[in-house]
Amino acid sequence: MALSPRAKFIAGGTNLVDLMKVEVEQPAKLIDVTRLPLDTLNETAAGGLRIGALVRNSDLAYHPVVERRYPVLASALLAGASQQLRNMATVGGNLLQRTRCAYFYDIVTPCNKREPGSGCSAIAGINRMNAILGTSEACIAVHPSDMCVALEVLDAKVQVTGPRGEREIPFADFHRLPGDTPQRDTNLGADELITFVELPGRGFPTNYTYLKIRDRLSYAFALVSVAVGLELDGDKIREARFALGGVAHKPWRTAEAEAALRGNVANQAAFVEAADLALRDAKGFGHNTFKIDLARRTVVRALSQAARGTPQSQSNKEIA
Amino acid sequence: MTIGGDEKSHPERPTRRDILGTVVAAPMITAMPMGSMAQPDASSLAPGFVSVTMTVNGAQHALRLDPRISLLDLLREHLELTGTKKGCDQGQCGACTVLVDGRRVVSCLTLAVMKDGASITTIEGLAKEGALHPLQQAFIDHDAFQCGYCTPGQICSAAGLIAENKARTAAEIRELMSGNICRCGAYPNIVAAIQQAMGLS
Repeated sequence: MALSPRAKFIAGGTNLVDLMKVEVEQPAKLIDVTRLPLDTLNETAAGGLRIGALVRNSDLAYHPVVERRYPVLASALLAGASQQLRNMATVGGNLLQRTRCAYFYDIVTPCNKREPGSGCSAIAGINRMNAILGTSEACIAVHPSDMCVALEVLDAKVQVTGPRGEREIPFADFHRLPGDTPQRDTNLGADELITFVELPGRGFPTNYTYLKIRDRLSYAFALVSVAVGLELDGDKIREARFALGGVAHKPWRTAEAEAALRGNVANQAAFVEAADLALRDAKGFGHNTFKIDLARRTVVRALSQAARGTPQSQSNKEIA
Repeated sequence: MTIGGDEKSHPERPTRRDILGTVVAAPMITAMPMGSMAQPDASSLAPGFVSVTMTVNGAQHALRLDPRISLLDLLREHLELTGTKKGCDQGQCGACTVLVDGRRVVSCLTLAVMKDGASITTIEGLAKEGALHPLQQAFIDHDAFQCGYCTPGQICSAAGLIAENKARTAAEIRELMSGNICRCGAYPNIVAAIQQAMGLS
């Protein structure tokens, strides 16, 4: 990688090969990492779970430990893509997915993420799928992953290795906001490789949900999605976490909104207050302005699903 | 068989030398079946070709591949297994679904060289000793197609679904088959056919 700055690692290929076909990605070399011994999944001494970067999305979703201890992660994984793609896609690759903004994919239109300095076509364009939070004048793209929204709620850590050694990146610091460098999706160095994702012990096995709202019932990217993990004492909220997908350049968490829930009674008024706090700084761009209200309602519904212990089913699409 | 880099038969395309000498990464897949060539060919020894062995529908193949070729193009254009269909070629429609080591994947987004040593099953490999696979028979019984273009992918995907053993209800079948698009809208009959093959109906 050091010798070839335009080289890229390839694992599942579900996003990279696609982007190569439309000439958005033009790597000089591809380095197949799929034979590396990074497909393990082990419970840690600290009571957490260490997931190899090459574990396939489907294997992770159906792993008994994930199903039992981290069901919000299993649910988010099954809400994403199709089973064929989940059989191919890896954990590491999922973290590095690029945006599906139509202008990023269309090489004849300006896009600051694809071609820095060329401009953003989405801000005044067809921006139905684009961001409402954390945007910049340079970019309003969203991160497309479902899995990452759950990892954000679980306070995962991303372990990486590279020429300067190994390091660990807290999940909230892994993805970036676009700012004036939208070409950089993450804080991973170009010569670094994701090796593991580590989950702490706290997995919210009882009061959780992953609620994804999209234009068709399956196999579509989120307009808005919400992952929730709660711990309750009776009707009081002891711990509350929630993150939104489909609304920003990274999974979106609001510390203030979570703090407002802690110690509160788990009821509609508390959920509405938290949703309002999370969406307080939201800004629409025309076609996507509806997402502000949709996101607010999705947060309220997701929090009530989690509090009731009735998580969203990913096969029966009725939203309870 | 060497696949990729025939300079003479595709004069309109860049040569391998151009590609190796410059930085070109757009998929520019050229191909030439060369299994019968007695003399070693200079281009086949050039860096970039990769030796791969692969079992396809039970038959072993020793291949030298241009690393850019997709599994889909390898199957269709070079192994003459045209049952696997190219729909979108971007991983969105599922028409190219095959089984790799028993698991369903989209072959259009699979680089063939990365499947060295793998066992591939396509629609042509499902029938055994002249008897249709139960899914093939069920698709006929339930009239589970109209134009038929998505059908090989639907059937291979359903074979993967049954092996995964995660679907019990019609809703679960629908969800786990959502990667296979049918523009004719044969979905109710596809679900019924899969239920029959699973012994649920």
